[in-house]
Amino acid sequence: MAADSEQLQNDDQIIICRQVHKWFDDFHALRGIDLTVKTGEVIVIFGPSGSGKSTFIRTINRLEEHQKGDIFVDGIELTHDIRNIEAIRSEVGMVFQQFNLFPHLSVLQNVTLGPIWVRRLPKQEADDKAMEILERVGIPEQANKYPAQLSGGQQQRVAIARALAMEPKIMLFDEPTSALDPEMIKEVLDVMHELALSGMTMLVVTHEMGFARGVADRMLFFDEGLVVERGAPDEIFLEPKEERTKLFLSQILQH
Amino acid sequence: MESITPEVLRPIRTLGPIAWLRRNLFNNWYNVVLTFIVLGVIYKVLIGLINFLLQANWDPVTTRPVLYLVGQYPAEELWRIGLAVFIISFLFGISWGNWGDLVQTFAYLIIAGSAAAAFIPSTIISVSWPVRIFFLVNITLVFVGRAVGRSRFGKPRTILILWLISLPIVIILIYGFAQSEFMPVVLTTLWGGLMVNLLLAAIGIAASFPVGVILALGRRSSLPVLRWFCIGFIEIVRGVPLITILFMASIILPLFLPGDIRIDRLIRALIGITMFSAAYMAENIRGGLQAIPLGQYDAAKAIGLNSTLTTLLIILPQAIRLVIPAIVGQFIALFKDTTLVLIVGLLEILGVGKAILGGNPQWVTSQTEVYLFVAAAFWVFTFSLSRSSRHLEKALGVGER
Repeated sequence: MAADSEQLQNDDQIIICRQVHKWFDDFHALRGIDLTVKTGEVIVIFGPSGSGKSTFIRTINRLEEHQKGDIFVDGIELTHDIRNIEAIRSEVGMVFQQFNLFPHLSVLQNVTLGPIWVRRLPKQEADDKAMEILERVGIPEQANKYPAQLSGGQQQRVAIARALAMEPKIMLFDEPTSALDPEMIKEVLDVMHELALSGMTMLVVTHEMGFARGVADRMLFFDEGLVVERGAPDEIFLEPKEERTKLFLSQILQH
Repeated sequence: MESITPEVLRPIRTLGPIAWLRRNLFNNWYNVVLTFIVLGVIYKVLIGLINFLLQANWDPVTTRPVLYLVGQYPAEELWRIGLAVFIISFLFGISWGNWGDLVQTFAYLIIAGSAAAAFIPSTIISVSWPVRIFFLVNITLVFVGRAVGRSRFGKPRTILILWLISLPIVIILIYGFAQSEFMPVVLTTLWGGLMVNLLLAAIGIAASFPVGVILALGRRSSLPVLRWFCIGFIEIVRGVPLITILFMASIILPLFLPGDIRIDRLIRALIGITMFSAAYMAENIRGGLQAIPLGQYDAAKAIGLNSTLTTLLIILPQAIRLVIPAIVGQFIALFKDTTLVLIVGLLEILGVGKAILGGNPQWVTSQTEVYLFVAAAFWVFTFSLSRSSRHLEKALGVGER
């Protein structure tokens, strides 16, 4: 019985990172990151700017190349093999701080681009699915507008819809609310909250501690390219072990 | 509760004409001096212009207007050019109906030009009745096209495709078919006038666009051989005047080709123009490519697009949109540069003017009139182009920023 659940856990490990290193020229950005993520887990990564947290989640879909260590995503190893990279990218959705919507395409076209050109879905089917997803993120009425006509919060929800349209197994969020005006943060967090509850595996770089407390299974505190501390939200918030974590939390929670 | 403040109107300050003059032209002693100097210069220029226009002899222009338009194209085949004009006018009409402001200036240009040709008194230029009717039909076609463009048949994509296929159709119409009784070949040595300028510019820009895109992408390629070839081509061609390239294309190129291969003179000029234009086009497009934020590449990769699809679907459409104003500017420059083909012996509009002056000694004093006419003809087209370009910029701005 115990062995069975152990086995199940191993099968459930959707992301495995072992001793991941990354250099930008001489700058050692990631200094040996270990992380195993189980299916359905929500991981919140936080830390000071320049600590390597964005770089780390960008290595998981190869927007940044790691130079040492191993990364396995859904059983596929990230290597130089472009086929592996493309296979992983179509399993991993990503949402960026600056939204990065395609400004020359309508909202609907932004969302259907991947399904039509990567998944080879017929246009009608892709459109129908896109409308369902836009419904889910609460902006079906904006389908035919262009990104520049939407508010920041709406744009970020389109970006989430665009990622979801590929039916990813994992979603990466790189500071999804940092570029938003305060009154729009909630609408994006609500969508992410709903997504987390639906069982999506999520890696979220954010300083929204309310979100972390609400849905994170684990939190990772990054500093200087290392995971300084990790643990459940309660442990991190109530009894952080490391001085740096305490200091950082006191700085961001002051207000 | 706050009291409701009465609506405050922005104060409107108007200046009477005399107050305006005082404030802007006569507000201190040196502006008074400058104003009088400028008035003096304007007076002199106006008097000179009026004198010139009163004495001008427009005979070198009005006697054989067809030469300026189509060169020595045989009179019995002129109906083919008429048909080509119909096609183009109709397409401009459709585009006008669908795109509005974008091509409005061109539509007005066609209408005004046709109306002028249809109604000009025979004492100035003798125009036969069939030709006058032709121009009236042409005006009608613009309006019929406009109605079609506004109907449900007018879709931007359809119109673009129609434009693309119209170019080869027009060329075939003008050139004709070998061994055809109905539409015999008219050799390019007989082509001339404004028609050659327009054809060279239109084909040149259409052909240099894809070449320029490939060169621009090649210059950013990670394959060293391809990259160095593209850089070499672009930098060499851009470092050389167009005249040199035209000379090379028309005189040196045939020396390297086997004797039995003869390339038509017009085609050689066209190849030169296309190469020249493609190098500049490549640099324009490269500028657009560099303006695309890196986040666009990240986003495209993140949804799994490979690099070819990323370039075709995400990067190029945005880059080209950014550089359309520059491309229109390049088109205007190229259109004016087509006059240079006269040095390799093609009788484009300026060449026609020179030939007429050279062949008729009695008109030797009328050079100014001929060159003014040619300049005016160019100005009318380039002005329409830059007006369209401004509307195009506005239209493309929709949904961006």
